[in-house]
Amino acid sequence: MAAETTRSGLVFCGGCFLLLLVLPPLLDLAGQQYLLSLACRALIYGLAASSLNLILGYGGMVSLGHAAFVGIGAYTVGILARSGPGSGLVAWPLAVVLAMLFALLTGAVSLRTRGMHFIMITLAFAQMVYFFFTSLETCGGTDGIPLSGRNLLPGLDLNDDRVFYYLCLGLLTLLLFLLHRLIHARFGRVLVGSRENEQRLQVLGLATFGHRLLAYCLAGGIAGLAGALLANLGEYVSPSMLHWTRSGEIMVMVLLGGTGTLAGPVLGAFVLLFLEDYLAMYTEHWMAILGPVLILVVLFARGGLYPLLAGHGRQR
Amino acid sequence: MLVLEQALNGLQLGVMLFLMSAGLTLVFGIMRVINLAHGSFYMIGAYVAATVAMRSGSFLLGLLAALPAAGIAGMVVELLVLRRLYRRDHLDQVLATFGLIFFFNELTRMIWGRQPLFMDVPSWLAGSVELLPGIHYPLYRLAILLAGMVVALFLYLLFSRTRLGMQIRAGATSREIVGALGVNIRLLYTLVFGLGTMLAGLAGVMAGPILAVEPGMGESILILTFVVIVIGGIGSVRGALVGAILVGLVDTLARAFLPGLLRLALDTAAADRAGAAIASMSVYIFMALFLAFRPAGLFPVSES
Repeated sequence: MAAETTRSGLVFCGGCFLLLLVLPPLLDLAGQQYLLSLACRALIYGLAASSLNLILGYGGMVSLGHAAFVGIGAYTVGILARSGPGSGLVAWPLAVVLAMLFALLTGAVSLRTRGMHFIMITLAFAQMVYFFFTSLETCGGTDGIPLSGRNLLPGLDLNDDRVFYYLCLGLLTLLLFLLHRLIHARFGRVLVGSRENEQRLQVLGLATFGHRLLAYCLAGGIAGLAGALLANLGEYVSPSMLHWTRSGEIMVMVLLGGTGTLAGPVLGAFVLLFLEDYLAMYTEHWMAILGPVLILVVLFARGGLYPLLAGHGRQR
Repeated sequence: MLVLEQALNGLQLGVMLFLMSAGLTLVFGIMRVINLAHGSFYMIGAYVAATVAMRSGSFLLGLLAALPAAGIAGMVVELLVLRRLYRRDHLDQVLATFGLIFFFNELTRMIWGRQPLFMDVPSWLAGSVELLPGIHYPLYRLAILLAGMVVALFLYLLFSRTRLGMQIRAGATSREIVGALGVNIRLLYTLVFGLGTMLAGLAGVMAGPILAVEPGMGESILILTFVVIVIGGIGSVRGALVGAILVGLVDTLARAFLPGLLRLALDTAAADRAGAAIASMSVYIFMALFLAFRPAGLFPVSES
């Protein structure tokens, strides 16, 4: 489990962090500023993928409904912004709380099931949210909600792309650190243990359901924050954020980077988004290439990229 | 009287869902593999039928071309990809079949373009029948109902009366023992998968004249299919039949009557808005309520 505490893992993560830190000036030098917003998207999706990794990689809960949390966060920001750009100190915590609340309600039902049932139930709940927002005119229906500007934060001008990038990077780093601590604490041990053998932990007198539900809520909350950031990045809330293929893409990021590794999902987000962007430059039919690539990754590169790059075995 | 018409519409949606879910629930139940790409075979069926019907002018030829096309496409996918995933965890299966969806959707875009195709109702099924005095119902939709019943009967006979059906049922219970008894289990799995995708293709052909034939058309019905399977109990064809009809009825009736019912309590505009929102979620709410009481579905098949 302690992949990140090994030397090569630390070196790799540190190197990536430094690279991300100097990325904006580097892009300026290379005259590729447009890539900054793509990198920012990747940071935010990295956050969403990391939250999915908490329940999927460590808790063994294969949720195919993560887009719902992202969407709830984004729509919270969008609806609040109808009366002009509001304070991020109000909108963002509210986005997190609402996403957690939804996770609590749906998790209480869906965590009673396992395996295929769990996959399909989380998917169904996410569809429910999708149809809820797309059929309500107040939420912009199928058109989504354009924002008049980014949220306001004291002392930070979020409309400056660079400031926004560093804010995303800071939040991601902070949350990854907290997740790292959480997973190595007693809570994480119980979570991983309930993935491996829930009955054994229950015999030991541990409330595994409570632990799993709490992890599910935390993951929902973090994904809600990612949604709020995403709405701010594009200054637009789109129903496509809620589409079930988005849940699939977030899951792809986790697997591509490496399930059950701390930095893997972020790596996966960067690789997937930049690969999409790169392929789209050559052909409009890039999905016909990406699809088979995904299948090959699943079939042959088991364990994801992170263990490959940071020199670890499979962490599952 | 409107109720009867809407109930028939609901049954007809139920039949299409049954055709989709029968194959998928078999694949779930027997191979224990989750296949998100099942909707792609529905799409392949619809596209092949629409193209052949347009070129030849015959709906029947389209149907006859679409069924083997969907079946063969399914068997090829089973041989190339799915076969390698049977012993993997569900996560790997979800991702690989997700990749298949990307591939098939883009492939149809490359071959047929982004514009939806439209398929005509065959002339011998056009028109409507007078069911009761004053109630006309389209003949084509009645034909779908009939076809669904025939398929259900066929599957029942296949599973309960034939050697192949017995082997499939036995394979679902214990793969190793059936294999040890000399049944070629790999071939059996490929056949079951092909049968499932052929049924999905049939659903696609039937949907062709009612809905637009377009890339990604498989996904909207796929998720309803999942709801059906969860309600019916994973692996149970009987459960798929009951679940499909329940889901078809709930969805259609909620869309038809919920705004009207809400109008009794709210003003018209608010009732229409809330009604539309709740109606589109109704199936999922139904599923959540259902699972709160029966987490394993209607006809649970033991899962090892």
